[in-house]
Amino acid sequence: MLNLSLKQLSQNLNDKTFSSHELTEFFLSRIKKYNKQLNAFITIDESSSLSMAKMADDKISKGEHKPLTGIPIAQKDIFCAEGWRTTCGSKMLENFIAPYNATVIQNFNDIDAVNLGKTNMDEFAMGSSNETSYFGSVKNPWNLDCVPGGSSGGSASAVAARLAPAATGTDTGGSIRQPASLCGFTGLKPTYGLVSRYGMIAFASSLDQAGPMAPSAEDCAMLLNTMASHDHKDSTSIDHKKEDYTTNLNHPIQGLKIGIPKEFFGDGLNASVQKIIEEALDKYKKLGAELVDISLPNSDLAIPVYYVIAPAEASSNLSRYDGVRYGYRTKEYDDLMDMYFKTRQEGFGEEVKRRVLIGTYVLSAGYYDAYYLKAQKIRRLISNDFKQAFKKCDVIMGPSAPSVAFGSGEKKEDPLAMYLQDIYTISTNLAGLPAMSIPAGLSSNLPVGLQLIGNYFEEGRLLNIAHQFQLSSDWHLKIPEGIS
Amino acid sequence: MTISQEDIKKIAYLARIKISQDESILLEKKLTGIMNLIDEMQKIDTDSIEPMSHALDINQPLRKDEVSESDIRKKTMPLAPEAEDSLFMVPQVIE
Repeated sequence: MLNLSLKQLSQNLNDKTFSSHELTEFFLSRIKKYNKQLNAFITIDESSSLSMAKMADDKISKGEHKPLTGIPIAQKDIFCAEGWRTTCGSKMLENFIAPYNATVIQNFNDIDAVNLGKTNMDEFAMGSSNETSYFGSVKNPWNLDCVPGGSSGGSASAVAARLAPAATGTDTGGSIRQPASLCGFTGLKPTYGLVSRYGMIAFASSLDQAGPMAPSAEDCAMLLNTMASHDHKDSTSIDHKKEDYTTNLNHPIQGLKIGIPKEFFGDGLNASVQKIIEEALDKYKKLGAELVDISLPNSDLAIPVYYVIAPAEASSNLSRYDGVRYGYRTKEYDDLMDMYFKTRQEGFGEEVKRRVLIGTYVLSAGYYDAYYLKAQKIRRLISNDFKQAFKKCDVIMGPSAPSVAFGSGEKKEDPLAMYLQDIYTISTNLAGLPAMSIPAGLSSNLPVGLQLIGNYFEEGRLLNIAHQFQLSSDWHLKIPEGIS
Repeated sequence: MTISQEDIKKIAYLARIKISQDESILLEKKLTGIMNLIDEMQKIDTDSIEPMSHALDINQPLRKDEVSESDIRKKTMPLAPEAEDSLFMVPQVIE
């Protein structure tokens, strides 16, 4: 069961080689064995998971089997799941039991997939190392002294260590792709609006997008089939024709034009990462693709723009945590104001407070035009760069992250160094484009991810291009030593 | 752009976050660093550029103004730190 693809697991469940109950028990026992070291999960609810598995087995025995029925999936603790504690990695929501299901969770429930547990994450998804979580940092199974990346670090660690066959994540500036790169598996951030944000705790609403995290592109295609849906409960959800993302996985990629942005290969990119990326691009050439030089001239402004827009939206979204309707409330206070001030001082961690303060500053009277409006204008320029680039190529490729996984604590006290982790991923969130990270090799026994960026709604094409690479490589199947 | 102690006091008030003296001193350096990074934006001219607030420039959909949610108070009130009947309790604000 350890290294079977979702398709194989599904086949075995349908053939009754093993039951969903057995499969779920298998992964729960792996979580019990390894979670102390990795800290990938915040909440495990064995009896809920197993009763979902039992329901799935009932459906399978009645012949009502769908592709992911009975498959245990780890859910990032940013998704509300009814009856489950949902913390978003924060003290503020330490005891919050979600009263309803996020649409992503509901979609998985509707086909009787099993919720395997809620995974650790950076607090309110703010971080690139999973060190800002109130529930402690997550370890990278490839090297326990290294970070798994963030903010979907718990999901990443769980998938890499095969504590779950697949997981969900969310990506506001790289939070699916950077941890997928650092932990050596496949992660996809869809086009903004393809997956509903309803019940997904908001960080920066114009950038947040949920997506699948699993060993292979084929797995991700199956997950996306369930995750993507038009939802009237999310006003930014796009009414996009329902697709089967597994259909075109086997299309040949002969003649594919791959755009190589020169800005992604400059200073700041680790030399051994660059070498592995170049080898992966050579492999694509052997598969019949053609490399085209392109330029994304404003990409150096993506980080400054992001650190205006994301904190601005966060400062507004996080104003709901006031200690009145749900969540943490300080123990002692003199009056209402005092209660607000202390609740938010004690309930939020350092990084969250920093971003709320930056967001408040850039939106405050007298600064709006100089910062927020300016950032929105440059966001347009960054988006236009991609539009120009896609006139010359079908897909854009480069590194997902500037380096392999770094040491725990190494960048924790230096927010600016941490922010640079997302230098190659942020611009696609600003433009709303779909993008993936796929394993491309190992450097000093740590994974390196190749990033693939597609045009709007071209998830099917991206998954096809990734799948073709994975048919002739096995980096996505590698499991860290000491874990199997 | 330098963020001063006075700025921190002002924005912490707007954000309703209590900041201790020690925290404020640490924040000054870190927030100034972040604002310097952000100020990189000022190097390009954006006068004739239309701001982009949404990734796909879509319109807000409208729906009929009908009741679509059932009464979920029974589910949500127990989540409140302090509640009585169907009311959220806060310190007295009106004398």
